[in-house]
Amino acid sequence: VCIHRVRSCSSIRFIKSKYVCVFDKSAFKFSHQQRLFRTSAVSCGQIVQFKLSDIGEGITEVTVKEWYIKEGDSVSQFDSICEVQSDKASVTITSRYDGIIRKLHYNLDEIAYVGKPLVDIEIDTSKGVAPEEDVVETPPMSHEEHTHQEIKGHKTLATPAVRRLAMENNIKLSEVVGTGKDNRILKEDILNYLAKQTGAILPPSPKGEIIPPLPKSETAPAAPKDKARKIPLPVSRPLVFSGKDKTEPITGFHKAMVKTMSAALKIPHFGYCDEIDLTQLVQLREELKPLAQIRGVKLSFMPFFIKAASLGLLQYPILNASLDESCQNVTYKASHNIGVAMDTEQGLIVPNVKNVQVCSVFEIASELNRLQALGSAGQLGTNDLTGGTFTLSNIGTIGGTYTKPVILPPEVAIGALGKIQVLPRFNGKGEVFKAQIMNVSWSADHRIIDGATMARFSNLWKSYLENPASMLLDLK
Amino acid sequence: MVFQSSLKTCLQLSCILRTPKAGFRSSSGGLIIQSVSNDVYQNLAVEDWIHDHMNLENRQVLFLWRNSPAVVIGRHQNPWQECNLRLLRQKNIKLARRRSGGGTVYHDLGNINLTFFTTRKKYERMENLKLVVKALKALCPQLDVHVTDRYDILLDRQYKISGTAAKLGRTTAYHHCTLLCNADKFVLSSVLKSPYKGLKSNATPSVPASVKNLFEEDPSLTCEMLLDAIAEEYATQHQTDHQITLINPADETVLPGINNKTKELQTWDWVYGKTPKFSVSTCFNIAYKDSVLDVKVDMDVKHGRIEGCNIDLPEQWLPPALCSELVKNLTGSKFCPNETTTLATTLLRVCPQDDDLHSRWNLLCENMIMLM
Repeated sequence: VCIHRVRSCSSIRFIKSKYVCVFDKSAFKFSHQQRLFRTSAVSCGQIVQFKLSDIGEGITEVTVKEWYIKEGDSVSQFDSICEVQSDKASVTITSRYDGIIRKLHYNLDEIAYVGKPLVDIEIDTSKGVAPEEDVVETPPMSHEEHTHQEIKGHKTLATPAVRRLAMENNIKLSEVVGTGKDNRILKEDILNYLAKQTGAILPPSPKGEIIPPLPKSETAPAAPKDKARKIPLPVSRPLVFSGKDKTEPITGFHKAMVKTMSAALKIPHFGYCDEIDLTQLVQLREELKPLAQIRGVKLSFMPFFIKAASLGLLQYPILNASLDESCQNVTYKASHNIGVAMDTEQGLIVPNVKNVQVCSVFEIASELNRLQALGSAGQLGTNDLTGGTFTLSNIGTIGGTYTKPVILPPEVAIGALGKIQVLPRFNGKGEVFKAQIMNVSWSADHRIIDGATMARFSNLWKSYLENPASMLLDLK
Repeated sequence: MVFQSSLKTCLQLSCILRTPKAGFRSSSGGLIIQSVSNDVYQNLAVEDWIHDHMNLENRQVLFLWRNSPAVVIGRHQNPWQECNLRLLRQKNIKLARRRSGGGTVYHDLGNINLTFFTTRKKYERMENLKLVVKALKALCPQLDVHVTDRYDILLDRQYKISGTAAKLGRTTAYHHCTLLCNADKFVLSSVLKSPYKGLKSNATPSVPASVKNLFEEDPSLTCEMLLDAIAEEYATQHQTDHQITLINPADETVLPGINNKTKELQTWDWVYGKTPKFSVSTCFNIAYKDSVLDVKVDMDVKHGRIEGCNIDLPEQWLPPALCSELVKNLTGSKFCPNETTTLATTLLRVCPQDDDLHSRWNLLCENMIMLM
């Protein structure tokens, strides 16, 4: 049995310990923790100049490329302070002390010198970490022997204060999950581990991190619990959630959406919904899919929806129009540039297929393929994204039935398509059959579109899709 | 990839870590590992993982890897300055930022990457490169290769076949280098030429060099042969078995936490956002109808986002209100063609529907996007 020594005087730097051993449970008291909590630094700390240590290869100067901290930040030992570069080598400089940064000696892109002060750190002298005097000469090796415990070949990072806490409470560092940087074990992690053992209610942790559950893969195979320990009583603990709110400015895609939707707010919307029986269209598409594949094009339902919409717009051109700012004039657009809402990694974009009125279903499919490829690669050009006159949104690929789409100015109408569901319906003979049903939700600008027009357009569109052969009669 | 099965085994890396002395004759064991992946982000993540998690007190590691086409910039470099981003996007070539310093390189399957992991104290680049040269000469005695004091390896005293970079942490360090066996020189030279003008920055610049493939000197050479030769030389020098362990950079059981590292390397904030502050000051001509106009643009970019922007247009060519809206919206946005396109096209929705105005607007925006 090895005996460990705990020096109780305040000027300890490192604990020269062997491995943790079992000790009498009666000595296990929570009161030990109190003097190990970090008290907030009072200004009477000692300022230490942390000098840039030897980089190796005889290098004497480096360029400071990035600061990870600023004046006033508190740092722990081993936290990254800055990144310097020398002759193709990028070096991360880490702190030797716990404390508060009081001064940065260099600005970005300035040359820093080995052996000269890099930052000034104010150390809380009550914690008793004496600064090293001869910083340049001390090789990193001695640090490692004292402060690293090797568990299964992995380094276990923890400050001396944390190690002391673990040792006093008979905890193997290998069994604790570290939540700090580089998986470092923090005081909170030891306390959490303790709480789980005894069911005690912890004092609130000063850092306010969410307490992570112990993931199975990272703990050592379950160490046999000490028989002398009591079975923890099921104590109801208050749920401790200490996540932080995060505020960030709105930029890019979100900004674009804010602009568009704020403008759309000025349009008085009305909605009109219906259900479409796509049984025949589903069959037709199955037949045509391989033909399109041979020509190198993926055929979805959208090209049919788009072409049918264009045929409908020929009869009801007011739905393909635009109202001017002062609401004095309405412009009937000649081209049917039908927009297709796309969901990309960055957000919503709406490219449009130009001149659908003169395109075949196959040409529309081909163009959609091109737009989809560019959209997912984030390479759509301004031409593809402007000039739209009418929009369809196939939200059904993700899910949903009826929705309330928002019109994209300067257009006056939009249609959202739900998912295709197999539902029972009655046919002409009064028999129940399996129907492929899709819901459509239209929104239109009530300043120039009335309900009757929208309904008639929708009925026409619906009839083309429910009976695809009828499209042949009107195709130009 | 076809591996010579007699020399390579697929052991769990964690087994190696748990029993440091098993299988190695001396305490300064060398471990040779090779990645089964060609994904640049996954492979860079392995380097990070070893650097952060592996104990290199009694062991040194050699990591062998190859990537499918990718451009890799140094930690403190500016991708706009270093490569043709438009061409990369068109050709679907990936862009990665590594954590080590140094310049920009082009990787494809004809290029091999070697990473030497040691403790900080044992960091020694010259030794590593001499090892590589020794291996090359053993394989191909007539090769004229040598190491320069800039840590490049030159072929025939003039062609660069290898570039070097390094990363030093608190306790560990790594030195990695490339080696051109049979890379596509044409693509290499076209992607590493930046078309962007008017950039001013303190980012580390690359030093261009003439390159040559080893394959051109000796057509019998393949990447496999080079990897084997170098592994053998490493094994000899570290008195260890010439046994290459394969690792899968997607395997969380062997490398816990690796997938997070891979994801981080792919984020926009890392690849583009880590670019040191720079400014763009340039002008372009727009030909519209019968006239040609000069447009002057000044932008400051910090963390990859536009901090300040100024566009100088001939008066009244576009409504001033619209222009100031554009400038206001660009400020704070990413210096990215995709975002700029989205913003510019959205702004068009809320302004007068005039075809002439739209054409002019699109012209201006297309040119702005070309700067990114």
